[in-house]
Amino acid sequence: MTTPSVIETKPEAAPAWRAYVPLAVLAVFILAVLPLCLDLFRLNLVGKYLTYAFVAIGLVLCWGYGGILSLGQGVFFGLGGYAMAMFLKLEASDPESTKIQSTPGIPDFMDWNQITALPALWQPFHSFAFTLFAIVAVPGLLAFVIGLAMFKRRVGGVYFAIMTQAFAAMLSILIIGQQGYTGGVNGITDLKTLLGWDIRTDHAKYVLYFLNAGLLLGAVLLGQIVLKTKFGKLLLALRDKEERVRFSGYDVAAFKVFIFTFAAMLSAVGGAMFTLQVGFMSPSFVGIVPSIEMVIFTAVGGRLSLVGAVYGSLAVNFGKSYFSESFPQLWLFLMGGLFIAVVMLFPNGLAGLGENISGWVKQWRGRQARQLPARGASRAATPPTDEPAAPNALRAKGGAA
Amino acid sequence: MSGARIVLAVENLSVSFDGFKAVNDLNLYVEQNELRVVIGPNGAGKTTLLDLICGRTRATEGSIKFKDMELTRMPEYERVRRGIGRKFQTPSIYENLTVLENLEVSYPRGRSVFGSLFFRRDQALLDRVKEVAELIYLDDRLDDAAELLSHGQKQWLEIGMLLMQDPELLMLDEPVAGMSVSERQKTAELLTRISNNRSVIVIEHDMEFVKSIAHRVTVLHQGKMLAEGSMDHVQADPRVIEVYLGH
Repeated sequence: MTTPSVIETKPEAAPAWRAYVPLAVLAVFILAVLPLCLDLFRLNLVGKYLTYAFVAIGLVLCWGYGGILSLGQGVFFGLGGYAMAMFLKLEASDPESTKIQSTPGIPDFMDWNQITALPALWQPFHSFAFTLFAIVAVPGLLAFVIGLAMFKRRVGGVYFAIMTQAFAAMLSILIIGQQGYTGGVNGITDLKTLLGWDIRTDHAKYVLYFLNAGLLLGAVLLGQIVLKTKFGKLLLALRDKEERVRFSGYDVAAFKVFIFTFAAMLSAVGGAMFTLQVGFMSPSFVGIVPSIEMVIFTAVGGRLSLVGAVYGSLAVNFGKSYFSESFPQLWLFLMGGLFIAVVMLFPNGLAGLGENISGWVKQWRGRQARQLPARGASRAATPPTDEPAAPNALRAKGGAA
Repeated sequence: MSGARIVLAVENLSVSFDGFKAVNDLNLYVEQNELRVVIGPNGAGKTTLLDLICGRTRATEGSIKFKDMELTRMPEYERVRRGIGRKFQTPSIYENLTVLENLEVSYPRGRSVFGSLFFRRDQALLDRVKEVAELIYLDDRLDDAAELLSHGQKQWLEIGMLLMQDPELLMLDEPVAGMSVSERQKTAELLTRISNNRSVIVIEHDMEFVKSIAHRVTVLHQGKMLAEGSMDHVQADPRVIEVYLGH
């Protein structure tokens, strides 16, 4: 560490594998520990929580590193989820099983809304290949267009966050309002099979859990690789000194559009996996509230840690299901309190908890060391008072009061 | 040719902010390999002039030609890519990256989104980093986080980040502000060295420092050029004395 021989030896060369240890631990945790310890019902819940983690790791890249706070990631999660749900719904609505409807062969909610033919928007979702493409392409394209419109005009910070909120509100209102085309507030329900494979069986739930976990670990790995490139360093540079990056010859807007689009596509994969595992999709995963909850998962996990974001999603959601079962009225307050606590005390979330606590211990020791000589007790035994001053790296203050 | 090629030609340049003309009908020519210092009292429009050249502020009227290319409508990053580097008044470096990474990020390869994703640190980059780091007196600090540097070292690092791009025109806004005497001296040496094969425009208040580096001096006052020439010539100009000492 102390040798300045960076030119001759690559600095990451020696402990390169060490950067992947947290990811490996996470892999063991979600691929082995959780499946072995939990019954299928709980494991399915974990699977659901892990789909939110896709959004959270997208936010780590986009918000934690790129400094772009999006409060509308539910839009992309929802679009991915709806794309998958549309395919599954069409498969579940074959003429045979919908023969009691006045128009057999279309989704039931369309029939209830007096729609007599499948809308053009739904037609391509007969194709599984198109659906897979649409799951990432539609949210990606939307994020690209939003990003281009905002970042080229240098809309950023709070203004951008408010715009994303508006998009989240718009999409959820649109979905609820267009009941005949979207299933309205109920969402798209009664999904049965994927290419003839029943997704409601125990076996399918296991398979989907592992597929989801594998995709998630892949996404974390991809994120880590991106952060290690020059692009990753530029993201951080962009967050801290946007002007300097611009006047170093970079088209700042293009970088922001890219990372925003990338985060949107990750969220969409999570949405699609949500639909598969939970068996429905509804506007309650699209609007403002879920979008903000997803930011909280990221903040709790640590907004600079991809792996932390996964733990954050798990921890907050387990907390949510436990507390909302036990204290339904209190849950929202707890969630708010948790968010405040994270911002005030643990700005780096769970991932930074170790650093925070060791900082506090040092601070406490420093205070002890300063108090002891003042009382005149064993002056010789205590370390000199100037040495263990409170570490200024720690920004949290007033922990003892 | 006498070697006095004009690199930067600013002609009839004006910018007004709500009617206030921060730069007013200004003409300025900078030659190849020239080190030009721009001085003037507060509010003379010095920083605005640099902002106009690098694109941070859009001109209301007039033209800015760099190597006979019109710049006024070009986006900022395009101007940088044509060879214009700009250092800001307060050190503007990436505190969370190491010195090496700061220089690496400023290297003019892998500047597009995908270019940066697939950029690999190679020997050519490391050689260039080493070369620049020696020039800016930071070759033994490459692994340190940039936030650990002193104020003067941060100023040097930012100059180094610009040198990584090897710009043909380098613009420095008060590069020695807040520096110690020995740091000023080292900076003067640095500027003299780097102006060997490029044009440099420096904004500065410290007259001793100006004297030690300037080839020619331009005095701005209320957005207009007041005087231009050698330091001695400018200092003897009664209008300049009036502006600096008057009232």
